[in-house]
Amino acid sequence: MRYALALLLSTVLLLNAGCKREHRVFDPGAAQASVAYAAPLDPVHPGGPSAPAAPSIPSARALSQYEQSAYAVGEGKRLYMAFNCVGCHQHGGGGIGPALMDAQWIYGSHPEQIYASIVEGRPNGMPSFAGKIPEYQVWELVAYVRSMSGQLPEDIAPSRSDEMPVVKAEQARPKEHPQDQQKDRKAQP
Amino acid sequence: MMFLAAVPGFSGDQTSLNPVGPGASHIEHTFALIFWITAVVYIIVMAVLVISIWRRHHSLDTMPDPQPTSAESDQRAQRMVAVAIGVTTVLLFTMMISSFAASRAIATMNYEQALTIHVFGHEWWWEVQYPSDQAWKSVVTANEIHVPVGVTIRIHGTSRDVIHSFWAPNVQGKRDLLPGYDTDLMLKVDQPGRYRGQCAEYCGEQHAHMAFYIVAQSQDDFNHWLQGQQKSAPPPATPQTLHGQQVFLTHACVMCHTIRGTTAGSRVGPDLTHLASRTTIAAGMLPNNTANLAGWILNAQNIKPGCRMPPNGLSGSDLQDLVAYLETLQ
Amino acid sequence: MTASTIVTPVELTESDRRHADRLEEVWKEPAGFLGWFKAVHHTTIGKRYMVTAFVFFALAGLLAGAMRLQLAFPEAHILSNDKYNQFFTVHGSTMMFLFAVPMMFEALSVYLVPLMVGTRNIAFPRLNAYSYYLYLFGGMMLWIAFFCNTGADRGWFSYVPLAGPDYGPGKRPDFWAQMITFTEVSALAVAVEIVVTVFRLRAPGMSLNRIPIFVWGQVVVAFMVIFALPGVVLSSTMLLIDRTCGTQFFNPAAGGDVLLYQHLFWWFGHPEVYIIFIPGTAIVSTIVTTFSRRHMFGYLMVVLALVATGFMAFGLWVHHMFATGIPQIAESYFTAASMTIAIPTGAQVFCWIVTLATGKVVLKPPLWWVIGFFFVFIMGGMTGIFLASVPVDLQVHDTYFVVAHFHYVLIGGAVFPLFGALSYWFPKITGRMLNATLDQVSFWLFFIGFNTTFFPMHLVGLRGMPRRVYTYQPGMGWTVLNQVESFGYVLLFLSVCIMLWNVYRSARHGTIAGSNPWNAGTLEWATTSPPPSYNFLYLPTVNGREALWDAAPNQPIVVGLHDDVRSFLTTRILDAEPDGHEEFPSPTMWPFWAAVSTGAAFVGSIFTPWGITFGAIPIAITMIGWFWPERQPAERRRAREIWQSE
Repeated sequence: MRYALALLLSTVLLLNAGCKREHRVFDPGAAQASVAYAAPLDPVHPGGPSAPAAPSIPSARALSQYEQSAYAVGEGKRLYMAFNCVGCHQHGGGGIGPALMDAQWIYGSHPEQIYASIVEGRPNGMPSFAGKIPEYQVWELVAYVRSMSGQLPEDIAPSRSDEMPVVKAEQARPKEHPQDQQKDRKAQP
Repeated sequence: MMFLAAVPGFSGDQTSLNPVGPGASHIEHTFALIFWITAVVYIIVMAVLVISIWRRHHSLDTMPDPQPTSAESDQRAQRMVAVAIGVTTVLLFTMMISSFAASRAIATMNYEQALTIHVFGHEWWWEVQYPSDQAWKSVVTANEIHVPVGVTIRIHGTSRDVIHSFWAPNVQGKRDLLPGYDTDLMLKVDQPGRYRGQCAEYCGEQHAHMAFYIVAQSQDDFNHWLQGQQKSAPPPATPQTLHGQQVFLTHACVMCHTIRGTTAGSRVGPDLTHLASRTTIAAGMLPNNTANLAGWILNAQNIKPGCRMPPNGLSGSDLQDLVAYLETLQ
Repeated sequence: MTASTIVTPVELTESDRRHADRLEEVWKEPAGFLGWFKAVHHTTIGKRYMVTAFVFFALAGLLAGAMRLQLAFPEAHILSNDKYNQFFTVHGSTMMFLFAVPMMFEALSVYLVPLMVGTRNIAFPRLNAYSYYLYLFGGMMLWIAFFCNTGADRGWFSYVPLAGPDYGPGKRPDFWAQMITFTEVSALAVAVEIVVTVFRLRAPGMSLNRIPIFVWGQVVVAFMVIFALPGVVLSSTMLLIDRTCGTQFFNPAAGGDVLLYQHLFWWFGHPEVYIIFIPGTAIVSTIVTTFSRRHMFGYLMVVLALVATGFMAFGLWVHHMFATGIPQIAESYFTAASMTIAIPTGAQVFCWIVTLATGKVVLKPPLWWVIGFFFVFIMGGMTGIFLASVPVDLQVHDTYFVVAHFHYVLIGGAVFPLFGALSYWFPKITGRMLNATLDQVSFWLFFIGFNTTFFPMHLVGLRGMPRRVYTYQPGMGWTVLNQVESFGYVLLFLSVCIMLWNVYRSARHGTIAGSNPWNAGTLEWATTSPPPSYNFLYLPTVNGREALWDAAPNQPIVVGLHDDVRSFLTTRILDAEPDGHEEFPSPTMWPFWAAVSTGAAFVGSIFTPWGITFGAIPIAITMIGWFWPERQPAERRRAREIWQSE
């Protein structure tokens, strides 16, 4: 009986790691729910120009919370379609916009840099979503975008879409090594 | 059959026992037939059981020896069981034929001239379209389906994500909305009124709050309503509503909602062009008034956790102006 | 009427005692901590199935309590929507896959069928042990996942696309799908064992027309399991590989079909409920016979009704899909079939009533539970007729009317007979009688509590309340009925607590039962209570349908089998004439290790497809260990083959 309990306890502890994957936050609280804002670098934006607001400071801790939750990454995938990121970036292969599933990152591959690209916009057509998307949804998008190049573990990255199968599921993609991160590592003494 | 559900405080606007159209009526007749037959059979069988046990019951502490079976009594019993099985079969066939008759009666609506309404199931709201062969006459709305009284309606439906089920019990049985399939449901409403329906196939976090209303009106009222819905939103007339429109266009709203007559054209969430003409918001959950609308916009997750609408941190005056503008969208 | 020869006498002669000692030496269950893992005797494994299934019943019942609390108030916040979705899914999945089938079919048949047919162990004893461990591991996996917020949350049938990769993020549906694999392999194994036991291991003289109705019921269920379970194994595996390997079975955009899942699932799902219900009727037949003190009236009709029900159950599955837009004429066929299956069930009911009406009825607790079964199950059968009709079903499908119906037929058709079986066979399993007063109290509490909880659900469903809703709005007219239902749960909870207390106390302090306290007719009562590890001192022979009641004054026993090895007699299928003897395998730990490797492979495959590939290696190793022939048994088998070929 004691052995059974010990086995049970250790299994539960081991599996606690899995719990973060299933964490679902519907109401992220006032801080995360406030709209993401940064000074737009691109005149292209959805809807009307947003009124200037306090810039939201990207926090890596916020990212990790979303990157470890399969639900949040799934939300990122839903928003990627809903906000028409597919229109320019397709399902990661790029078209009008650059590919997101490869190792090339024009404006940086770090999560904070992807966050900034979305909120500020970028030259040559990446719209600025400043004032249009709450912070937590930008983080969900960032997490999803990172999954497109295989950065997320297999059990958290989304599986195949209920869409026409034009690309491999994010969980099956090989992990890309972004060149800017490699350069950073080389630059370190 | 309403006696089955008769209790004070029951409004009767989401029940199969209060039919307002031929669909639900035919079903209710078969229901009543099956109810009476099965109730009588049940009472008889239980009575026979109880009486048999009562008559043959011996209160003994020890178990008596098993008794030999008697050929005569078993013969009589065989005849009675044969009769019982025969009666059961006849009753089952009666109920079966009644069921087939109801199906056929309902199916006659398939051949009538029908007004087609397209319904798309979303997680967790209903997109409703009144198609027209002239594009500018098409109507897109959400969660509220107006129909003319006495006219056959074809609900042509599919789902945009998971399986939902379109069910307005006062009017007709349910029909699933399946991704990859188109399903048809014929219905007709004979009495004007508002009838509530609810999604009847588990569809995720907010399945419990996915309701809609069928609003049955006279043909004239319906035509008037449809013409109103065909129009784009009028330009705002007051400074407050003008600012409200600005708030709408410069905040997250444009990412998901359409208001025809403005540049907002996203199809992710319900079409808001005639939001103020609807009596409920949040898929039939809340009455459509200022307070509910403001609370919903501010933090829909408090009200319907898991739904697709994010919180919006608007300032008090922005929110007031936005709501004022939305209330002009008749 | 009772034979003194095939029943194990209370006082043993000297030669009987020596025979018993030798048998005990050969058949005794291994002792100690490691010995627990080596057990292969059917009574041991059967008891484990019973205890484990009951634990799952209690756990799922607690979830139901939380659900009833949440639904007692409109827009309550006791359980969040996410938690509620996990609760109702795990409640349903546990009750159906981890309690109902394992208890009604596996536990009862594994324990009782070898005793009732008069043999020493179930066929394929090591497979039996393996099936138990797999079941245990599958259930533990689901519940450990549930405690880690990874409980399945897409309904007990987990429809796609809601359970698919896009709309079911994370691993929750994967744990559900793999739990299915565990439990279904386990059930299939037991089904095969039961068929072989009943066809080949019966006592001489137990021709087909003398097989106890209980055993007939379990054999019909075993065949149903063999044909039905592949449907759900297929649908759950297809779901799993859609989610982990990127297949497109259920993706409409790629040519897949969401209805395919429903067809495959319900091809299993409908026979599943009969798999749960037929053992219930088998129990009822047994208890009615014993407590009417006469042979079952219409034995042939009852057996044919069981077989007919087993066949017809496979022709009904679309009645779960009437709302999906399948053409009317196809659906009407299923209306006809769904109503017609009431005929064989009705025939059984009439036979039972006639048996009671023409017998000497003794109202002991097992019969009270059977009376409860009549009231509750037949009401459920009546509401089933509403659901069989397509148009009526389109109004009540996926509402609380259906929830009421299936609880009436499942609790009425399985749980009431099960508690009757507990009263009836508890003396055989433990050697002591259950306290009759406490049993009566728990019966009445259960009966009243059950009706209080589930009868109002018919009304609230007719008033428009759909299923699987975590809350409802005030002003719908559903609140009072929901509160009544939630109150009923308290009575049910008390009843089960009293029953547990009764079991605990009676197992320690109950009146000693003796081998046949009910003076019943089937063979399990011919041996001591509890049965020894070799079941019968001498294997019996049979002279009639009720072996003990119809036994001749000098009913012969089987002699001549070796008592220094685990020998058993095989007989022919139709007339049970002896045609040989075989040897059961001895206890070993290999089935346990094989189950651990299988479990590891299954759980690993939730996270990566390589789980099956690499997991196959330990499975192969443990299976090789399991099947590696032992020298002496192999030599004896060769000797038997040579002897039989001459």
